[in-house]
Amino acid sequence: MSSRVHGAGKWLVLYAVIYLTFLYLPVAVLPIFSFNDSQYVAFPLKGFTLKWYEELVDNYSLFNALWNSFRVGIVVAVLSTILGTFAAKAVTRYRIKGRGPLIGAIMVPLVIPEIILGIALLMTLSLGGIGLSLYSVGLGHMLLCVPFSMLVLISRMEGFDKSMEEAAQDLGENAWGTFWRVTFPIIFPGIVASLLLTFTISFDEFVLAFFLAGTDSTLPLYIWSSLRFPDKLPGVLSLGAIIIVVSTFIILLAELVRRSGVQLAQTGTKSDVKYDYFAK
Amino acid sequence: MSTTALESSTTFSGRVRVRFARSESARGLTLLSPTLLVILMALMVPLIILLTLSFWKQEYVNIIRTFSLDNYFAFFQKKIYYLILYRSIKISALVTLVTVLLAYPLAYFIAFHIQRNKIIWIILVTIPFWTSYLLRVFSWKVILGYNGVINSGLISLGIITEPLEFLLYNPNSVVITLAHAWAAVAILPIYVSLEKIDRSLIEASRDLGENAVMTFFRVTLPLSLPGVIAASLLVFIPTVGDYVTPALVGGTRGLMIGNIIQSMFGKALNWPMGAALSIISMLTVTAVVCVFLGCMQLIRKRVR
Repeated sequence: MSSRVHGAGKWLVLYAVIYLTFLYLPVAVLPIFSFNDSQYVAFPLKGFTLKWYEELVDNYSLFNALWNSFRVGIVVAVLSTILGTFAAKAVTRYRIKGRGPLIGAIMVPLVIPEIILGIALLMTLSLGGIGLSLYSVGLGHMLLCVPFSMLVLISRMEGFDKSMEEAAQDLGENAWGTFWRVTFPIIFPGIVASLLLTFTISFDEFVLAFFLAGTDSTLPLYIWSSLRFPDKLPGVLSLGAIIIVVSTFIILLAELVRRSGVQLAQTGTKSDVKYDYFAK
Repeated sequence: MSTTALESSTTFSGRVRVRFARSESARGLTLLSPTLLVILMALMVPLIILLTLSFWKQEYVNIIRTFSLDNYFAFFQKKIYYLILYRSIKISALVTLVTVLLAYPLAYFIAFHIQRNKIIWIILVTIPFWTSYLLRVFSWKVILGYNGVINSGLISLGIITEPLEFLLYNPNSVVITLAHAWAAVAILPIYVSLEKIDRSLIEASRDLGENAVMTFFRVTLPLSLPGVIAASLLVFIPTVGDYVTPALVGGTRGLMIGNIIQSMFGKALNWPMGAALSIISMLTVTAVVCVFLGCMQLIRKRVR
């Protein structure tokens, strides 16, 4: 990488390559079987086929599960990002008594095993006589997503100059106007990052959904059931391959958005560029 | 709210400063309250109910709502419960150790040896984790299995003639799979703490005559301990309760407490016992974490 790679550096490069192989091996194996002309996911490979991808199109229950995961993921991402933005603004812009413990309270769900969160919510809902549905899954996912959203947005809000907000207020904007016209544009990359992160967490979450979904299905629940019925498995693998490709694309897109945000933040010291940006 | 604060601050500036500070905290709390309320309602209420239920009793399909400690006694009387909890702690501790040890050199490599485009490396490390967790775990079953990647590879190379059977369905396969599944969670905090280290401290140590290895152990490693501690906790706590990985690759010898708790809500149908097992697991995990943090505190004091 650098021109002066010496002793330890060389070994570290080798180590990084081996480690990345370890990380990518399981991800690379599954798409291979999505093109394999056999129901059984085992070696030796039988021959090339696209039939699993063709069958995917007619698989109603899989699409239903996928659609459910999408709906839950989007609602959870939007709601937790709103709550995360409130919380992040509160703890970075106001001196609050007991700031540490309050942030800690919001972070608690991250240090409780998911299975315990799942059964605790299940018990509560069933004692309260509330039926299980996608709403209960969403509630469970909010617990995991709000802390992450808050973390992402705190780091974004700590990174920019508070005086810009103060300037807007001195110039006569009310709190809401300041937020929409100053804070929101600056933290926008953080909001995109938070939406993507929380959507992904919800989209892939299995344990809470397992306890809270009732008769509804989400994509991870469908995958779980297909792991036990081998005839459904190759279809799931082809979907998995598609998801890898799409999500890699989304990450790269998000990185581009983030970069444009960084550039604006860096050039933002020049006032003309800053006002140019706000004018958009 | 903001208009009243503004009015008073223009009229009596001296006295108001005190009031403003008070109202600033209050305004912050108001802004924080929706988030706090949602988390408290969706977390604290269920946890209290979990605790309550652990003192009740299951009789056939009915739950008897009278206080008893029977579930807790059952935990200590039936060997299987505490043996499996002990095994879960052991497996998770091993997973944490392996994951952090494997992640540290990579985080170090990205922080100190990559000059430009570090973010590309971070993305490279996180992409595998955008695949479904279940499919990743299942993939290890394919890799380690009887007709799996490793066995087929070794047979075709002529190294072995019969497939190796010790690869899958034991605690080792659980450790490998979890060390993979939680890799990014360990790499990121370690990377952040390494990145924060002031490079001039390392240069100073070298200028004062320490060699590279001693500089690492006396400067870099101690300064990156916060990241190592965060990584350890973020891996250890959730993996104790994991039941997907043991269920898929653990076999009977790799079963963990999560599988037992889950069975209380399925086949075994004993919610109160499941609640008691959850409470006991949480307390045990908290105790282990406290001991771990205590040890880390001691190490940090000795280094100073």
